[in-house]
Amino acid sequence: MDLSSINPILLIASIMVSATPILFAAIGEMIVEKSGVLNLGVEGMMIVGAVVGFAVAVNSGSPILGFAAAALASALLSMCFGFLTQFLLSNQVATGLGLTLVGLGLSSLIGKPYEGMKSPTLPKLDIPILSDLPVVGQMLFSHDIMVYVSLALVAGVWAFLKYTRGGLILRAVGESHEAAHALGYKVVRIRLMAIFFGGACAGLGGAYLSLVRVPQWTEGMTAGSGWIALAIVVFASWRAGRILVGAYLFGGVTVLQLNLQAAEVAVPVALLSMSPYLITILVLVVISARGAHGAPAALGRPFHATS
Amino acid sequence: MKRRTLLASAAVALGLATAGFAGSHGGPVKAGFIFVGPVGDGGWTYEHNQGRLAVEEHFGDKVETVFQESVPEGADAARAITQMALSGAKIIFTTSFGYMDPTLDVASKFPDVKFEHATGYKRADNVSVYSARFYEGRAIQGHIAGSMTKTNKIGYIASFPIPEVIRGINSAYIHAKKVNPDVEFSIIWAYTWFDPAKEADAARALIENGADVILQHTDSTAPQAAAQEAGNVITFGQASDMGEYGPMPRVSSIIDNWAPYYIDRVQAVMDGTWESTDTWDGIGKGMVGIGEISDAVPEAVKAEALALKDAIASGEYQPFTGPLKKQDGSDWLAEGETADDGTLAGMNFYVEGLTGDIPN
Repeated sequence: MDLSSINPILLIASIMVSATPILFAAIGEMIVEKSGVLNLGVEGMMIVGAVVGFAVAVNSGSPILGFAAAALASALLSMCFGFLTQFLLSNQVATGLGLTLVGLGLSSLIGKPYEGMKSPTLPKLDIPILSDLPVVGQMLFSHDIMVYVSLALVAGVWAFLKYTRGGLILRAVGESHEAAHALGYKVVRIRLMAIFFGGACAGLGGAYLSLVRVPQWTEGMTAGSGWIALAIVVFASWRAGRILVGAYLFGGVTVLQLNLQAAEVAVPVALLSMSPYLITILVLVVISARGAHGAPAALGRPFHATS
Repeated sequence: MKRRTLLASAAVALGLATAGFAGSHGGPVKAGFIFVGPVGDGGWTYEHNQGRLAVEEHFGDKVETVFQESVPEGADAARAITQMALSGAKIIFTTSFGYMDPTLDVASKFPDVKFEHATGYKRADNVSVYSARFYEGRAIQGHIAGSMTKTNKIGYIASFPIPEVIRGINSAYIHAKKVNPDVEFSIIWAYTWFDPAKEADAARALIENGADVILQHTDSTAPQAAAQEAGNVITFGQASDMGEYGPMPRVSSIIDNWAPYYIDRVQAVMDGTWESTDTWDGIGKGMVGIGEISDAVPEAVKAEALALKDAIASGEYQPFTGPLKKQDGSDWLAEGETADDGTLAGMNFYVEGLTGDIPN
């Protein structure tokens, strides 16, 4: 056992990288669920984002362009879900699962020529003054831009839901679509916008996986992180701040347990292996134990204006 | 609703008719494959799929292959295997250790279908087992790794604590230690065969802990990418050549070559000569290949590695040759004694010098 071999600066930096894909996907899905729609296709949208982002980054040489394309592609894919569930009133659970299957298949089709290729990586930012600070500089201020984008997104979503009229409308639609409809809000349009946003976020998460965290394209590379994101939304009781806590805890404990194994800490490996799931659930359940934490009342219920 | 039922029953009827027809009229033999990851993983499943494609190419119209990828190990596998047997497959290859019990369960219900389980040890009248002696390749990796490490710390990404993985760790360690007595192994159990993000994280954790060689027993190329990013770290291709990561970080590889075996077995089904067998071949028979050793490896080390490969191929040298002790210090093999296949197949202990415990 040699804990000194773990470098806390590098550890925190890895944790931030490891948590970012899930954070993107989860914050997007939270908005979707806040509007009363349950989209179980996060995994499928993520992997499409991963492959499209990778392909565009390789072909254009610009990772930023890759991220933009990934967001767009996943958002378009989510519009299929939106069309089916909002206009044709298909079952949201089944359609979401279908979306995952479509995404996995589509991504392996698109990704075939890109296996084993290398992508241009996103440069690490060099923020004047902040990056030069001892310890904290390397730990917190020397990441690529997308890490900060994800954090800004969480803050933005939080402020949007709490302080803006738009946020209030979104929540109203998610709590009672009949009431929102009676007040004259376009329920379907608002939900479609939420689904679009959720898709774009999942796409960014996927692209972060293939362009920064791994970085390469491998078929099936999301390997279940979309489902983790979905679970985090529920355990975080649909609160932006708690989603940040959940994603960082999950990413953090995942990386930490690997580091502890590498440092040969005398804790049973089986325990370490399940610790990310265990700790994330425990902590989120404990912090959600107090106060209101119900799901949006209209979550998963189809809406039709004439009914 | 009605139309859907009609369509479904028509599809079922058609399926039954074709299956019956193929069975009774000597149509193409259907060979099924169950894969643990996607065929594009660039490693383990990729090579099994190459074997499948070789079967198709070899037999042409006489064979039809079907496969299902990313089948979870455990109870879910039984469903996938049953489905494949029901769809008329005459021989089914289940290509991961965790399919062992599901394969036997399903096999007992389909006595006329032949099953082939990779890397397991349980057989039945219609279940063969086959595996490759990957540990022979690991010996060569260990030799190169031990010779090339500067930090004397070698990182090992292990998947599940099963004999096959433990053999690999022991074999690599023994041969690294031989050329470099100061070498240390740090081992991470990822508890997955395929999860690129986790594999990359594991590689990074090992590198941050001072390792400058990464060995992997997981299926994707993610650790290669992570090592490349870190620079100055060497890796080895696992199951497949992973040559796109050469000459650095990937300096060599273990390549699984299943094609000849798959062709043999499908041929045996066609001829009606199929029998339950236990196959365990290595470098000598060509089931394990050693990928080209890149220029990043010093000439002398490369020559030694190739000599080691030849000695193993000819059977002149066995990677587990005494004197060897177990981790707890008890004697295992006396001077010159070699391990028998039974012990190797069930290996559940580390050799002396490795630290840490094997998880249960």
